[in-house]
Order: sequence, then structure tokens, then C-alpha cells
Amino acid sequence: MTLSISNTLSRWPTDRLLLWLLRSTAVVAGAIVLLIVGFLVVEALPVLRHVGIARFFADPSWHPAEGLYNLTPMLWGTLFAMVGSVLIATPLGILSAVFCHYYAPPVVTRLYRKLIELLAGIPSVVYGFWGLVVLVPLIGSIHPPGPSLLAGIIILTIMILPTIALMADASLANVPPQYVRGAAALGLSRWATIRRVVLPAAKSGLFTGVILETGRAIGETMAILMVCGNVVQTPHSLFDPMRTLTANIALEMAYAFGDHRAALFVSGLVLMGMIVALVGAADWISRGRIYG
Amino acid sequence: MTTHHNLFALKSFVAMVALLMTVLLVVPASAGAQAAAADPLTGKLVITGASTLAPLIAEIGKRFESFHPAVRIDVQTGGSSRGVSDARQGLADIGMVSRSMKDDERDLAAFPVARDGVCIILHEENPVRALTDEQIVAIYTGKITNWNAVGWTDAPITVVTKAEGRSTLEVFLRYFTLKNVDVKAHVVIGDNEQGVKTVAGNRNAIGYVSIGTAEYDAAHGVPIQLLPIKGIAASTENVRKGIFPLSRSLHLVTRTALSGLAKAFIEYAQSKAVHDLINQQYFVPLAD
Repeated sequence: MTLSISNTLSRWPTDRLLLWLLRSTAVVAGAIVLLIVGFLVVEALPVLRHVGIARFFADPSWHPAEGLYNLTPMLWGTLFAMVGSVLIATPLGILSAVFCHYYAPPVVTRLYRKLIELLAGIPSVVYGFWGLVVLVPLIGSIHPPGPSLLAGIIILTIMILPTIALMADASLANVPPQYVRGAAALGLSRWATIRRVVLPAAKSGLFTGVILETGRAIGETMAILMVCGNVVQTPHSLFDPMRTLTANIALEMAYAFGDHRAALFVSGLVLMGMIVALVGAADWISRGRIYG
Repeated sequence: MTTHHNLFALKSFVAMVALLMTVLLVVPASAGAQAAAADPLTGKLVITGASTLAPLIAEIGKRFESFHPAVRIDVQTGGSSRGVSDARQGLADIGMVSRSMKDDERDLAAFPVARDGVCIILHEENPVRALTDEQIVAIYTGKITNWNAVGWTDAPITVVTKAEGRSTLEVFLRYFTLKNVDVKAHVVIGDNEQGVKTVAGNRNAIGYVSIGTAEYDAAHGVPIQLLPIKGIAASTENVRKGIFPLSRSLHLVTRTALSGLAKAFIEYAQSKAVHDLINQQYFVPLAD
């Protein structure tokens, strides 16, 4: 009840003002997401109404100009690229952070951290350009044609590595030093300390890092557009070209109209659905286990 | 133009004439300066039709508006057939048509503004110097998949095509009477530069891009070569002359004889003053 007392005492209802200010900022933040979803639905509705949602998963191919709207190959493309890059980047990022914290000399640590931060700051189109002129011809010389799922996974890995590496770095730094000292006092080896004490203590931060990098892997567009070949097909090998949902939108939006345009908004909706599923899954996995 | 605008024009007519006379006395030449000083053009121009032409016409419209502040140019897409039907029914002042005019469209007045040319490109180190139309079709439909079938070494062909909706794709498919469903590609690209980079980075690639881009890049040391079609060299010069087969003309069409704002706009769109905009959109300006 101190709140109401301070309100009656002060000339200005500062607390109430602050409360409403905070409420409105929260409403703005929440409303933006809802507005975007609402906009996507409104734009996608015409095609959803007279084509039906089933055909986006059952049509023989994606040829919107000819009225064929199958999105599943691109859904698989997005998933494969995402899973591949997360599987490589996660251990790489976490282990390099572990190395920096517990094995490397301080000079190396400082240099490493600066380099990772630099890596995080490079715009995605630069990665894409590098991929297009260096990586793709290289893969093409091993196994033509070159633009492929593999190129996409490599580029994505490089792009999401800083996210997980910096998150891991920060969460390892947050592990209370007395844990480590306690482990040392018990005579545990360095690796046992890391595996049994440090990593479990830092798992919530690491988990957040994985969620963030996965989100970035799903959402990345420009670099993927430049190196993946963008052929609409479910890739059967690492060397097959493929197209992601994000690349689909970026590639065709400029010249699409009518149903074609609306179908691209359906791609956006499907992407949104994937993100919701990701957040939901993360929530389910972490419930009482990670953040508890 | 609505009655409202006519009334407005009437009211300010005297003042405008006086101003115009002064301007004419002081500055005898320069149509642009004259228009900017005392603008007889007001109103709104609705232009609908081909999505190929829309970006170019929108750019020209913007520049036209900057010279004539009382004019609004409203550009909407919907395909060449919409351009024809809208112009015919009077729903639009001007229609945009990205092909040659058909015989049953003689009732409309057509004004060419630019040409759109597409050429087949290969890597410079590829010794193939020409392909027949049949060979190109066979390559793009996956019937020929190796360069040894068209007179080079044993190497798989990387087929580069454009994303759906691009005008280059449209020109390509129409000329070779292909359907996009039949095209078996290895790489799908967005803009022309990406196509050039893809082919320049892969000795086994074949692709097609706007002639303007390819010619510029080839002249600036990018390792690509432009293939002739039916023995006619791929160049903007040949597109301009209208003899290069893989090209089309882009028209503005109107129902009635030209007058007022529409006349001024079409004359502007056909003038040399917009050639830089035409080049920017990778189209080829017409001969002067």
C-alpha cells in the first residue's frame, strides 16, 4: 500500500504516469507482431480463399504464373539449411567459447572476442557475395553445378556462429567463480569441471543462444538467395540446389502481382508458423528443465 | 481531367497567359524551364498494364511530376492485356503493352518507348560460339545435359534461368515457345547482375540476361560471351534496329487521338531526356 500513499503525497502522479507509459510501450511492442500477422493474413487471404490451403502442400510444383503453388520443397529447403548450419555452428561456438575461457591465454581470448564481434558485424550481403564468387565456384569444381544446399549451410554456419559464440561466451562468464573454485578444491580435472559444473550452470544462456541462432538461420535471406541456386526442389543430396521460403519471397516479390503476390504472403505466413513452432518447442523443452 | 480541374484552369488562365508571355519574352528557348515556370499541365494520369513497363513508366512519371508539380501519374500493373482493355474502355488514360500490337488492336494508337532485349550468355572460356534455337530448347528442357552434345568437352551443363515473374523470363519463354514448367534449371536467379556473376563463376554454365547488362559487363572485363541468335549478333544496336530475334518492343497505347496531358507525357516518355532511365531499367532506348 506504499504505492497509493506515495501517490497521494506527491503533487504529480508519477507512478501512475509511469505505469501507463510502460503499459503503452508494452502494447506497442505486442501490437507490432499482431499487426504484422494480421497484415500477412489479409494479404494472403484472396489466394487462400479461392485456392485453398491444401494446395500449398499438395500441388505438383511451384509455378505461380501457371496456378501451381506447392511450398513444401521450400519448407524442406529452409529446414535442411537451418538444421545443418545449427548442427555445425552450435558445437563450434560453444567449444570455442570454452577454449577461450578455460584454456587460452588472455591475449588470444581478447583477440578472439574482437574477431567474433567483427564477424557478427559483417552484413549478410557481403557473405552472400563472397559465397557467390568464391565458395560456389569451389563447390562447383568438386561437384557441379555449385550453388547448393552445402553452400547454403556453410554460409549460414559462418553467419550464425558469432551469435552462438558470443552468447556462450557471455553465459560462461556468468558462471559463479566459486563453482569453479569449489570444483578445483574437490580435485576435479579441468575438463570434468567444464562438463559437470560449468556447462550445466550455463545451460540456460547456451539454450537461448541456440534459439537465437536458429531464428537467424531461418530468417536469413540475401546470402542464401545468392548461393543456394534457388531451384524449387526438395534437395536429395548436399550438392543439390534448393530454395528457401525467405529467398522465394525476396526473389519473386518485385515482379509478382495478383495471386502470385498473395501466394508469396502465404510463404511469409508459413515462415511465421515455423518461428512460432520453434518458440513453442523451445518453451516446451525448457519448461522447468532449463530456466528452472 | 475532371471538371474541377477545368474550372481551376479557367480561373487562372489569364494570369497564366500573362506569366507565359513574360517567360517567353525573357527565355526564348528551353521547354523544361518554360514548363517549370508556368505550367499549363494539371491533373491526374492513370496508366495501367504490363508489369515489365511499370517500373520504367513509374520512374519517368516521377521525373515528369518533378517538372509539372500539378500533375499526378498513377501507375498500376496487371499485364499487357489489362493495359489494352483499360485503355479501350477508358478506365486508364494510357495502357502499357510489353509486346508487339496485335491485328485486332488497331483501334488503339500505339507509341513505342523502348525495346527489351535478352541474350544467351556463356563463360568466356567456353569454346562454343553459337547454338541453334533447337539446341537451346533442348538444353533448357533437360534433353541435352552435357557440353559434348554441342561440340565441347565432356562437362555437365549448368542451366541458369530466371525467377518467375521476370520480364526476361517472359521474353525467353515466348521466343522459344517454352513453358516455365518444362524448364529444367540448376540455378534460378533474380536480377541480371546475379545471372552474369553466376555464369562468370562457372565455365559450364549457360544463362540469359538483359542485353544491356551483358554488353556492359562483357565490355568491362567480366569473362562472359554473348551468343548470337539465328546468326544475328547480340547487341543493343541490333535490338534498337529491331532485327535481334530475342527482343520485343514496349508500347504505350491510347484509345483516342493524343491531346493535353497524355500527349505531353507520351512525348516526354519518347524523348531523349529519359534515355538514362531506360538504360537504368536494362531496356534499350529507340533510335532518335
